[in-house]
Amino acid sequence: MNSKLKQLFIGIAATAAIAYAGVSQATDITGAGATFPYPVYSKWADAYKKNTGIGLNYQSIGSGGGIKQIEAKTVDFGASDMPLEPDVLEKSGLMQFPTVIGGVVPVVNLDGVVSGSLKLDGATLADIYLGKITKWNDPAIVALNKDIKLPDQDITVVHRSDGSGTSFIFTNYLSKVSPEWKSSVGVGTSVAWKAGTGGKGNEGVASYVQRIKGSIGYVEYAYALQNHMNHVSLKNHDGHYVQPEASAFQAAAAGAEWDKAPGFYLLLTDQAGKNSWPIAGATFILMYKVQDKPATAKEVLKFFAWSYAHGSKMASDLDYVPLPASLVKLIHKEWESQIKTAAGKSVWK
Amino acid sequence: MPPLFFNHNYTTMPIFSQEASHKRQAMFDLLFRSLTRVCAFGVLALLAAIIVSLVDGSMPAIHAFGLGFLTSSDWDPVNDKFGALVPIIGTLITSGIALLIGIPVSFGIALFLTELSPRILRRPLGIAIELLAGIPSIIYGMWGLFVFAPFAADHIQPWINDNLGNLPLIGVVFQGPAMGIGMLTASFILAIMVIPFTSSVMRDVFEIVPPMLKESAYGLGATTWEVVRNIVLPYTKVGVVGGIMLGLGRALGETMAVTFVIGNAHELSASLLMPGNTISSALANEFTEAVGDIYTSSLITLGMTLFVITFVVLALAKLLLLRLSAREGKQT
Repeated sequence: MNSKLKQLFIGIAATAAIAYAGVSQATDITGAGATFPYPVYSKWADAYKKNTGIGLNYQSIGSGGGIKQIEAKTVDFGASDMPLEPDVLEKSGLMQFPTVIGGVVPVVNLDGVVSGSLKLDGATLADIYLGKITKWNDPAIVALNKDIKLPDQDITVVHRSDGSGTSFIFTNYLSKVSPEWKSSVGVGTSVAWKAGTGGKGNEGVASYVQRIKGSIGYVEYAYALQNHMNHVSLKNHDGHYVQPEASAFQAAAAGAEWDKAPGFYLLLTDQAGKNSWPIAGATFILMYKVQDKPATAKEVLKFFAWSYAHGSKMASDLDYVPLPASLVKLIHKEWESQIKTAAGKSVWK
Repeated sequence: MPPLFFNHNYTTMPIFSQEASHKRQAMFDLLFRSLTRVCAFGVLALLAAIIVSLVDGSMPAIHAFGLGFLTSSDWDPVNDKFGALVPIIGTLITSGIALLIGIPVSFGIALFLTELSPRILRRPLGIAIELLAGIPSIIYGMWGLFVFAPFAADHIQPWINDNLGNLPLIGVVFQGPAMGIGMLTASFILAIMVIPFTSSVMRDVFEIVPPMLKESAYGLGATTWEVVRNIVLPYTKVGVVGGIMLGLGRALGETMAVTFVIGNAHELSASLLMPGNTISSALANEFTEAVGDIYTSSLITLGMTLFVITFVVLALAKLLLLRLSAREGKQT
């Protein structure tokens, strides 16, 4: 090889080495899991990076994937819409804490019905999803909506085809309000749906409901809002009909007794409270209790602490509900007491 | 001037560097042969590794369900009861209908391009068909969901429901709500995806039929159809069956386009207008969120089933070809 070519190669190699060294200066934190909070996590990560230079690499592969990855220790934290039960947490040595709250909103496609005017209660919704109520002018629905003329139209039920935290929250609510649902279908990110068609992702359900006349589905609040979908007014635990909005989700969270729930295992479905929306839920972060990389763990906790303190407006802009301040204080206390180094020293002070 | 590597001008090379040149070439020959051998065996090794990992991953589900897994239509992630019947039937039906629609159309396209179309149209039409093959499958899925499904729901499905739904025996296959999505829509989208591959292969093999054979037939007074049926098709049957198998392979494994429009219902239904499920669609939807050994293992078993189905289909194709070539030269 002649000397000119050699020089060129050395030059390229040197530049690459310097560039690589420069890039790998800041240790980025990695996380994986739930798709529901992905928009807000990436917004927070963007702002945090501008502020401190540390970036977050979050892979939105689904709650199940997030749980698998944190169990395999390939990421610094996992994210799941479905909280793990306290005994599962104990067995795997993980701890969890919530980050934002969202709501699940039933949406319908009915001509002539104004958005938010169709009233349903939990038992009727469960019967629709069980396939027991098949027409819109069924007596059960008519009884709740005396002021609306409901058509003699088949109900097309739409559910999620993929496993999802949204389905988990929705089926959890249906299990609480319908004993038949609880015994025949149960709760899960993916269940044996008794009726209907499956759409892929919130987007799939939203587009099916928008296209199929006489259909009903359930989507995350953000999707219902941004697609201007025809949502339903639900009867909550206290017997009031509420509309899905940020204040209703906050009411559901405020009424919840977080300090009595070990591992923050609390599902915000069917919560008491005059204004509470009955199908709300938080999304959770999973981290190991005993950290073999305490410096990285501290960076992760610093990121979330910063997001709790400065990210509320960003979250509400994206139609998520930030956590109440009392809950954030509880979370800080949990970090201090639960996340420790191998030697037993608390990582977060 | 120093001898370059591939200097074959032996007359100008001195004797000692001829030998060196021979040695160099022998070395390169050996290197080349080894490299290609490694590549070929590497592919075989990869195939074996895939089979081994599929079988290994399926073990928990096979232990739990046995062969009943293939005939059960349960799909209950909450109670960990799974069965592959619905996805298997969905895969076979959608691929079958896709081929049923796609093969005649591909054949027509290939025939048109080789025999009937004016010369000036052949290249642009051929390029247009090949462009269809280059469209990513997820675009087909989105087109199917956003453009074709509403059109089908408004115009095609009500027509089918009203006119074919009342036929005596087979009517139940065509009855159902006009949702736009479902097995029939998925089959149709698959047919559109299969057509470019099958028609390209068919057109290529039709073109290599020796003109002498065709001209002789024409000279004897055969019509275009008789030439195609008696000269072109028998000559190209290997290629045609190969093209059909290529299309079938694509249809069996197609994931994203089908997931968007098939409706993902784990329910067996006689009607084509109802939603169903295919193996690849079930895997795409549920694999990332599957928690628990039995669930994940059931999905891997589904994948292995698809692998086996593809293998069986290819084997049947080979058998068919063997049969057809055994009949060559027989008196009719």
